Amino acid sequence: MTGEAVGLPLRASRWQVRARLLWRSWRESWALFSHNRVGLLGLGIIALFGLMALAHPVLIRTVWDPLIYDPVVGYSFDEVLQPAPPSARHLLGTDPLGRDILSQLMHSARAEFALGLMAALVTVLVGTAIGAVSAYYGGLIDALLMRMADIIVMMPTVSLLIVLGVLFDLNMYSLAIVIGIISGFGGTAIIIKSQALSLKVKPYIEAARVAGGSHRHIILVHIVPNLLPLAFLYMMFTVTAAIFSEAVLSFFGILNIRMSWGIMIHTAQNAGYLLGGTRYWWLLMPAGVSITLLCGSFYLVGRALDEVVNPRLRRR
Amino acid sequence: MSGGGDILVRAEGLTKLFPISRNLFLRPTSFVHAVEDVSFLIKKGETLGLVGESGCGKTTLGKLLVKLLEPDSGHIYFPVDGEPRDVVTLPGRDLLRFRRQAQMIFQDPYESMNPRRTIYDTVAEPMVVQGIGSIREREKRVAEMLALVGVSPPQLYLFRYPHELSGGQRQRVAVARSLILNPSLVVADEPTSMLDVSVRSGVMKLMLELQQRFNISYLYVTHDLAVARYMCNRIAVMYCGKVVEMAEAEELLGHPLHPYTRALLSAAPDPDPGYVRPPVEIKGGVTTPVNPPKRCRFYDRCPMAAQVCEEKDHPPLEDKGGAHYVACYRV
Ligand SMILES: Nc1ncnc2c1ncn2[C@@H]1O[C@H](COP(=O)(O)OP(=O)(O)OP(=O)(O)O)[C@@H](O)[C@H]1O
Ligand code: SF4
Ligand SMILES: [Mg+2]
Repeated sequence: MTGEAVGLPLRASRWQVRARLLWRSWRESWALFSHNRVGLLGLGIIALFGLMALAHPVLIRTVWDPLIYDPVVGYSFDEVLQPAPPSARHLLGTDPLGRDILSQLMHSARAEFALGLMAALVTVLVGTAIGAVSAYYGGLIDALLMRMADIIVMMPTVSLLIVLGVLFDLNMYSLAIVIGIISGFGGTAIIIKSQALSLKVKPYIEAARVAGGSHRHIILVHIVPNLLPLAFLYMMFTVTAAIFSEAVLSFFGILNIRMSWGIMIHTAQNAGYLLGGTRYWWLLMPAGVSITLLCGSFYLVGRALDEVVNPRLRRR
Repeated sequence: MSGGGDILVRAEGLTKLFPISRNLFLRPTSFVHAVEDVSFLIKKGETLGLVGESGCGKTTLGKLLVKLLEPDSGHIYFPVDGEPRDVVTLPGRDLLRFRRQAQMIFQDPYESMNPRRTIYDTVAEPMVVQGIGSIREREKRVAEMLALVGVSPPQLYLFRYPHELSGGQRQRVAVARSLILNPSLVVADEPTSMLDVSVRSGVMKLMLELQQRFNISYLYVTHDLAVARYMCNRIAVMYCGKVVEMAEAEELLGHPLHPYTRALLSAAPDPDPGYVRPPVEIKGGVTTPVNPPKRCRFYDRCPMAAQVCEEKDHPPLEDKGGAHYVACYRV
């Protein structure tokens, strides 16, 4: 029933109405977001890398012979000297082991996305849960959780990750989870908690209590949904942190990963080519620029989202 | 108390202190005496008005009554499933059933609804958390309630968001929500004070109509005496956490006995221009109820203050005849 309010026929089902409402709020948010040029630019760059990641398996299956173009075990037999500079066959040249750089770059993009998004998801889950529980219950639970968060924030992330990388066998997935927990239980939890504190004293929370709403109901229905926009924002910053950390750890060679942008730089460095100045630029630049661009783009999108989520930042 | 009618709520000696500073060992050292030793009763289908200046504890008292706050001492007797129970010590399993019977309408219609939930979600929430009715029944009931409070046609509003409604409409929605479980008591905390003057009387009329129809009792909080006159059968005047005077509305407004009530009335515009009310002077300055000294709370501002008022504790609320209760040594 009751589709009229959202421009549907009166007898539209409630799910159609809900879907329409969701769509409408999306459109409104998009209208706000799309005002921000820099945010759009970031989104464009992210889309570009997304396309690269998607195109790689297609290319391998169609025009790129895996024997030559496989990012890990391929070898370019037709080049005499490795690393070979860019050519028609290898648009970005080859690495010291004779592997196609463009193929490596595109292949790694997918891993970087997976890493970033997984870390971000863990961040949001952990940060929202800790922040909401801490703010809602207060008291001892709050004190305990927040002191732990303080400790995590105080620890220098990269050094901590290096130690963990040396002690444990970190691969892409465990790295994503570790970064997600560090960021989620640290700064994100603290920020989400302060937001949750301001929600907790809203009269609609009291109204829900008077109606008989349980703690679970209030947290899940009234607090968490109002925290999600902010959590989503911090997801973006976590993606940036995750991709950057991966590059640093891979550069030191302490991650158990076969190929990534960090590994590409590590390979060049290991073979001593980073000392050669700009002569072997194609070994460093593609991966370096990609890391910078993708990290920067997620950051820019995050800042643009900040304006959507945080009305006080909106320009008139 | 005068008149017939069964008693619905009996509050006895309600006290609520808020700690505001603590010593080194986190022991509270000073308290706001927001509500102190307040007793009253509300009959079925009647409205008890609660008036008093800002910060005197009206909201706190209202929240105590619906168990949004736990009193430090005192009792609230209220029928849960037909038998009178002390709500203060009500065990958790009966709390849900108490919540069906006692609801609250909040002051700010812009803050009392979750901005991310539709009107349907907001009004249906009590049914949902109480597990009452199927989805279809809830939808029917919500539409019914919206029509009843004059937010119609309901189909047009069910899936709107609060920000798409006017203040008056929102407060009507809040009324619909508070009544959806057929409560016997509704605490209304200044429900019209944030509304445009033009829509106030509409909301008040609606509340009176629904009261008649469903035999609801209201605790109606307001600082506007004209509103209290219009809405209430009886009025209690609060000052610094204490009820200082309580009587039938006409009696209290026509023959105020407590110096504070008289000051309030002389400050309010008189609806009857022929009547010249003798002016009552009170000294300025608000007594904050933080660790109040042991004497009449109104002592510092009272034009009638005498030695007895300072030497003894705050005067007890006594019947001065005809169920007109006053807390003053000199009346
Ligand atoms: N949670 C709290 N913690 C500490 N002090 C509080 C708290 N709630 C209320 N108070 C204090 O208790 C006193 C009574 O507050 P209350 O909100 O009940 O007043 P009120 O009569 O409703 O005032 P108003 O007309 O402004 O709404 C005030 O002095 C207030 O500062
Ligand atoms: S008891 Fe004394 S101080 Fe208090 S209101 Fe009465 S006359 Fe005034
Ligand atoms: Mg109040």
